[in-house]
Amino acid sequence: MENKENETTATETLTETYGASEYKYGFTTPVEMEAFTRGLSEDTIRALSEKKEEPPFLLDFRLKAYRKWLTMKEPEWAHVNYPPIDYQNIAYFVKPKQKPQLAGLDEVDPEILKTFERLGIPLDEQKKLANVAVDAVFDSVSVATTHKKKLLEHGVIFCSISEAVREYPELIEEYLGSVVPIGDNFYAALNSAVFTDGSFVFIPPGTRCPMELSTYFRINTEESGQFERTLIVCSEDSYVSYLEGCTAPKFDTNQLHAAVVELVTLDNAEIKYSTVQNWYSGDPETGKGGIYNFVTKRGLCKGRNSKISWTQVETGSSITWKYPSCVLQGDGSIGEFYSVALVNGHMQADTGTKMIHLGRDTKSRIISKGISADHGSNAYRGLVRIGKNAAGARNFSQCDSMLVGAQSSAHTFPYLEAANDEAVIEHEASTSKISEDQLFYLESRGISREESVSMILNGFCREVFQQLPMEFAVEAQKLLTLKLENSVG
Amino acid sequence: MTTPLLQITNLRAGLAGPPPVEILKGISLTIHPGEVHAIMGPNGSGKSTLSKVAAGHPDYTVTGGDVVFMGESLLGMEPDARARKGLFLGFQYPVEIPGVSNAEFLRIAGNARRRERGEEELDPFDFQELLDQHMKNLDMDARFKERGVNEGFSGGEKKRNEILQMAVLDPALAILDETDSGLDVDALKIVSKGINALRRPDNAVLLITHYQRLLDYVQPDFVHILMNGKILKSGDKSLALEVETRGYDWLVA
Repeated sequence: MENKENETTATETLTETYGASEYKYGFTTPVEMEAFTRGLSEDTIRALSEKKEEPPFLLDFRLKAYRKWLTMKEPEWAHVNYPPIDYQNIAYFVKPKQKPQLAGLDEVDPEILKTFERLGIPLDEQKKLANVAVDAVFDSVSVATTHKKKLLEHGVIFCSISEAVREYPELIEEYLGSVVPIGDNFYAALNSAVFTDGSFVFIPPGTRCPMELSTYFRINTEESGQFERTLIVCSEDSYVSYLEGCTAPKFDTNQLHAAVVELVTLDNAEIKYSTVQNWYSGDPETGKGGIYNFVTKRGLCKGRNSKISWTQVETGSSITWKYPSCVLQGDGSIGEFYSVALVNGHMQADTGTKMIHLGRDTKSRIISKGISADHGSNAYRGLVRIGKNAAGARNFSQCDSMLVGAQSSAHTFPYLEAANDEAVIEHEASTSKISEDQLFYLESRGISREESVSMILNGFCREVFQQLPMEFAVEAQKLLTLKLENSVG
Repeated sequence: MTTPLLQITNLRAGLAGPPPVEILKGISLTIHPGEVHAIMGPNGSGKSTLSKVAAGHPDYTVTGGDVVFMGESLLGMEPDARARKGLFLGFQYPVEIPGVSNAEFLRIAGNARRRERGEEELDPFDFQELLDQHMKNLDMDARFKERGVNEGFSGGEKKRNEILQMAVLDPALAILDETDSGLDVDALKIVSKGINALRRPDNAVLLITHYQRLLDYVQPDFVHILMNGKILKSGDKSLALEVETRGYDWLVA
């Protein structure tokens, strides 16, 4: 039984809302899905590529990646624990059953439109967010992209990566895998072999993208993995701010999310990439279920004086393995990493960044805020590497951890490799707890205990939240408060 | 006689422990609207404990007696509810809350109190105006608005920030725990001016202090001497002066 298409109908398993802090995105959507049978082989990949009508170079890219992946071992160095993953038990392609080419939103399954509306991402023309263009990805495929036409008027390409493969194959061939090579790591190789959809952004020279671009990822099917691929290219003197959001239903099993994101900036270009990740994190009591979030994100500051800034607010997933990084190749280029990672229940996170300084006078800044509550385990892992030609390079790193409760833990693993004596590197780290005195102080001003906790934590994360676009900063604060409601007595 | 704002009756309280330690051994004190009271006493006499018990600090437990504020017992009431009802505690050692903007904190606290009183909440712009006025009165620089609550403030700046909070919250009763400690004369004058400016016939102040100095600037109607968890003597302003010259020992002799 290989590659025979199945039909599955997901049943509505909407869970009752027990309280505000319950995971409110844990529902599934009853749409007819088509999926490949589980399992991975060269034939699966060929079938996938054929199904998507891909050009030969892409099939070749996939097969090379697959062959490489077969020779690789799953990384074991991260500070996380989980049973072995059976890669033959994952459905590598799951999509809502619909016409292959959609003429417009009218043809998207209304159940899916409803799903995104419930998630706070209205896609239809009347209600869509005014200043944010959204690409909505449902399991393996992009179902809709808003504001496309308006963006094209500015020369900005924003579409699903599948569409980009059809419409702009030369750009894909030039940049895909140029930042994260197919054999970069185990999960990146797997993604390169089987990636199904994701977003593509191209900003032409001298253009400031007129609105925020955003991709919303939704995993809906229990047996599926999500292997999305995002590629953003910012030409000379251009700018874009991009945001991704993620949720998934509650299942007792684990779903694998192995994404690859590649960013490229040419001379004087800037990409601001923000993530608010709220995948289902498993049962808070038992740790059962939840998403394995094994993601490779890397930006290449190819041009002089270009800049890539990563901001992430990681509040979900049962395990997070993720190091959004910057390769600072262009002289004078700047890399930034601002991170809030929250673990509670039985969540585990090993996250951080790599700043690779290659060019002269390159600068990087790392601000990491880890919050651990309940039985959560939070590790910051960061590498600062100064190449031998990177004279005048500077790095500043600050890693702060906050512990909530006695069962949680925080770990910091900073790595430093400097091959140039002229580099200036600063590192600061701290670990703290919410003190009873701080809580009493706020309470004695008439602020409730819950709100006091939320204020203290949001204050702790302020430097990171400040980096988010305004409306998302508000959302991130609320999310943090909601997530910790039951963790703080 | 008006109804008292605060009526403490035979209050016994101390550290919750374990092990529990009794610190206040039967205290009675009545404060009416319009009055200024001062509690003086040597270190370890229970002055700060009294203020924390009144405000509801979770480390302390009440083993006897009652604290009635505006006709309602405070015992069993959460600290935030006490504050919204109009009880204010000025801290001896104000805590730093990094990253939380002072102005935002003050607005949230102020609005919580306004809600309780059935008043309309202030939007950030109206609040800004009110805050600017209060800060001017306390001779505080505008940059204190955007800094984290007490974050990196000097001792004197923290005390001024306490009085600013008092001004915003407009409490019925302010208990000021050693607000004068660590202040130089100029700062003491400014802080005292701030306290006096907030005095009205319908509110009251309870000053807790080591030194008579503060009482030169904020004139008390009553002075109480607290020692070993009991009020040994009450009197008028002259009692503070007497303690200043004679110390406390003669009171127990």
